[in-house]
Amino acid sequence: MKKRNKIAALTILALSLPIALTGCGSSQGGDNGQVIVYNWGEYIDPDTIEMFEEETGIKVVYDEFETNEIMYPKVESGAASYDVVCPSDYMISKMIANDMLAPLNFDNIPNARKNIGAQYFEQSQSFDPDNLYSIPYCWGTVGILYNKTMVEEPITSWAQLWDEKYADNILMQDSVRDAFMVAEKMNGFSMNTLDSAELETAKNSLIEQKPLVQAYVIDQVRDKMIGGEAAIGVIYSGEAIYTQRENPDLEYVVPEEGTNVWIDSWVILKDAPNKENAEKFIDFMCRDDIALMNFEYITYSTPNDAARALIEDESIKNSNIAFPDLSQYQNLETYVYLGEDGDSLYNALWKEVKSN
Amino acid sequence: MTSKNKWLSTPYVLWSVMFIIIPLCMIFYYGLTDKTGSFTLENITAIATAEHAKALWLSLLLSLVSTVICFLLAYPLAMILSNMKVNQHSFIILIFILPMWMNFLLRTLAWQTLLEKSGVINSVLNFLHLPNINIINTPYAIILGMVYNFLPFMVLPLYNVLSKIDENVLNASRDLGANSIHTFFRIILPLSIPGIISGITMVFVPALTTFVISTLLGGSKILLIGNVIEQEFTQASNWHLGSGLSIVLMIFIILNMIASAVFDKEGEGSML
Amino acid sequence: MKNTAKKIYIAFIFLFLYAPIATLMVLSFNASKTRAKWGGFTFHWYSRLFQNREILEALGNTLLIAVISAFVATVIGTIACVAMTGMQKRSRAILMGITNIPMLNAEIVTGISLMLLFISMGLRFGLGTILLSHITFNIPYVILSVMPRMKQLNPSTYEAALDLGASHVTAFFKVVFPDLLPGILSGFLMAFTMSLDDFIITHFTKGAGVDTLSTKIYTEVKKGIKPEMYALSTLIFVTVLLLLLLINMAPAKNRAPKNIQK
Repeated sequence: MKKRNKIAALTILALSLPIALTGCGSSQGGDNGQVIVYNWGEYIDPDTIEMFEEETGIKVVYDEFETNEIMYPKVESGAASYDVVCPSDYMISKMIANDMLAPLNFDNIPNARKNIGAQYFEQSQSFDPDNLYSIPYCWGTVGILYNKTMVEEPITSWAQLWDEKYADNILMQDSVRDAFMVAEKMNGFSMNTLDSAELETAKNSLIEQKPLVQAYVIDQVRDKMIGGEAAIGVIYSGEAIYTQRENPDLEYVVPEEGTNVWIDSWVILKDAPNKENAEKFIDFMCRDDIALMNFEYITYSTPNDAARALIEDESIKNSNIAFPDLSQYQNLETYVYLGEDGDSLYNALWKEVKSN
Repeated sequence: MTSKNKWLSTPYVLWSVMFIIIPLCMIFYYGLTDKTGSFTLENITAIATAEHAKALWLSLLLSLVSTVICFLLAYPLAMILSNMKVNQHSFIILIFILPMWMNFLLRTLAWQTLLEKSGVINSVLNFLHLPNINIINTPYAIILGMVYNFLPFMVLPLYNVLSKIDENVLNASRDLGANSIHTFFRIILPLSIPGIISGITMVFVPALTTFVISTLLGGSKILLIGNVIEQEFTQASNWHLGSGLSIVLMIFIILNMIASAVFDKEGEGSML
Repeated sequence: MKNTAKKIYIAFIFLFLYAPIATLMVLSFNASKTRAKWGGFTFHWYSRLFQNREILEALGNTLLIAVISAFVATVIGTIACVAMTGMQKRSRAILMGITNIPMLNAEIVTGISLMLLFISMGLRFGLGTILLSHITFNIPYVILSVMPRMKQLNPSTYEAALDLGASHVTAFFKVVFPDLLPGILSGFLMAFTMSLDDFIITHFTKGAGVDTLSTKIYTEVKKGIKPEMYALSTLIFVTVLLLLLLINMAPAKNRAPKNIQK
């Protein structure tokens, strides 16, 4: 009865594993309920979550997304009821347009006005006109990260992403707006264009570029650049400090044609089951010491002036990469929500690029 | 057994209606309506647009090639294994199931490490002064990933039918003067058809519909029909189009099911 | 000569099947964080693994889902097998056809269809929805491994038990069940393995903050995979492998003549 023995033994193994492991796997939250947070991948210091849980007794259910486009359908379908989300500018305006967000009560989030620079709220007005719905969490630009040992001349322009010298050494962003932004800026268009001729040109540029591209990636660009797998990659400015720390050959540059300036902000969903806890969570994240921890962990520019004042390393505090003076660049733009039709148009064009 | 057992089927019948039949109906509902809820065939005919047709064609091509490769690799292997007389039927099965305990995504990711420009295989080739292979992020890498992931599904049913062939039949064939080539084409191959069909089904369908292998090994540069459908649901949030394309995909699956039902009536070619 | 060729061929296939697994095991001892470089030998990731709350939670979820879904599927599937023998040929064929759907249908279609169902039912996505989906795709594996045993059964033993005064339930557990047991166990194991390895269906039916190892790995793949994951997979794999070897080294006299094929 060999077979039976074998199967029985495997079954016992199968049954005993979870009993042994669920013990250490589950963690109990406090009595004050929970808050369900939906944030970008690798976009928070996990210790801050634990501190929040300890201080408030609220259990944080934490989930991550890779792009705004992946986040939106999940929130929209209502399948998973999130409380707090951290989308980018244009996505916030889309969510406002579709009545998915709850107005914030700033009285319950005192740290926001106290610690976050007024200019960032002003900047937010481009997508949240009355500063009703969003509190800035991180901001930055999109640029090029390149490996000094693998390129022949310094990279200064988006057009160099079309240089055949770097065939199979280029990493592009795998999200529709960022990919099109590169092509649009390279061609001298606005990144929010809906002009069909311009979009056609941008699409053709991307198709032309595709054979040179090693891969379309999102956060992987970081590891691939550190590992020296590619020479040039499109990346968010916040990754620059981290990647340079890991591999000193890397250099971040904002291309001369101009680029996207973005803000990722905390919002609370209209259907959030735990609104009060959500406010507490956002307030906690706006605290200067917590914002500092997050800045040091994820190295994305923080709009939290109080936290910036706490940075001890002067070279980082005044770093042009961590806290760039935006007036030095030209043609900066912020994504605008293009409407249902605009979105479908971009999606369709992107699909054409990808399937080519 | 007795007819008293009839009510015993209730839980399963209920379950399958609830979680198999109704969900499929929902796909048809979404696939045949537009955003306002009125009937349309647009989501189905959308397959004819250049990018969808290209993705479907590429998926068919890659899955067909991988199925053929799987078959060519698995048949000799299954014959060798079935002739080994090891009395370890279940051991052989487990050896092929064992890799599944290493997560499917990780196994596929490991190929990335092996195939990368400065990956393991190229380092070995460099060391031996052989030319490098650069197939990562190309369709070849995707075929490799498909063959790798689905090979066990081809080996197991083939092994099952081959090991069940009565040796006396083969001896009889030889006694009657057939040479081994003859015996193979006249006896072994026809008797193993249920296993072949089952193997083809088990490899072709997952290969045709995968979106993970193409994402991991294709660098998101290659869009298969599975990727298109997945993105309609998770990014473009156009469920109607996604469902419509799923219906198109199901046509191929149903063709496959009919073929397997015709050739394998007794379910002999099952994996277990 | 021919035998050598055969051995080489088998060795080649096994190299192909197990090379990536070996790679992952090697990576689990790699001191460097990126896959691209070898940074020396370390056990660091193994110790880190046991402090990583997220991975352990995902592991716990995965095993919990696998055990519960395999168990429920085994119960429902076995009962269904028993029931089907009492059915008319036609209805049995229909039910078997339906059973085949989740096995033959594309996983992506199954996943999407269940997602649409759960959304329309207004269910909150989480462990519950994952469980329902896993049970659904596990039942066919159970039925397919129990059914052949069922066909081999001699119905007269069951009737004899009834004649001797046993109730239906007693007769089932005393007479039928022991003969079905190998099929039930292998069905359970198959279901367990399938649930453990599933990614696609879970991807579409999971909710906020609930991850299985597969979905966790998928998110990590996109943002850079943590070496702890390699360590965990190595541990799981080695445990199963050792267990298999152990059983196979058991004394040969345990082998029942029943299992000898020829």
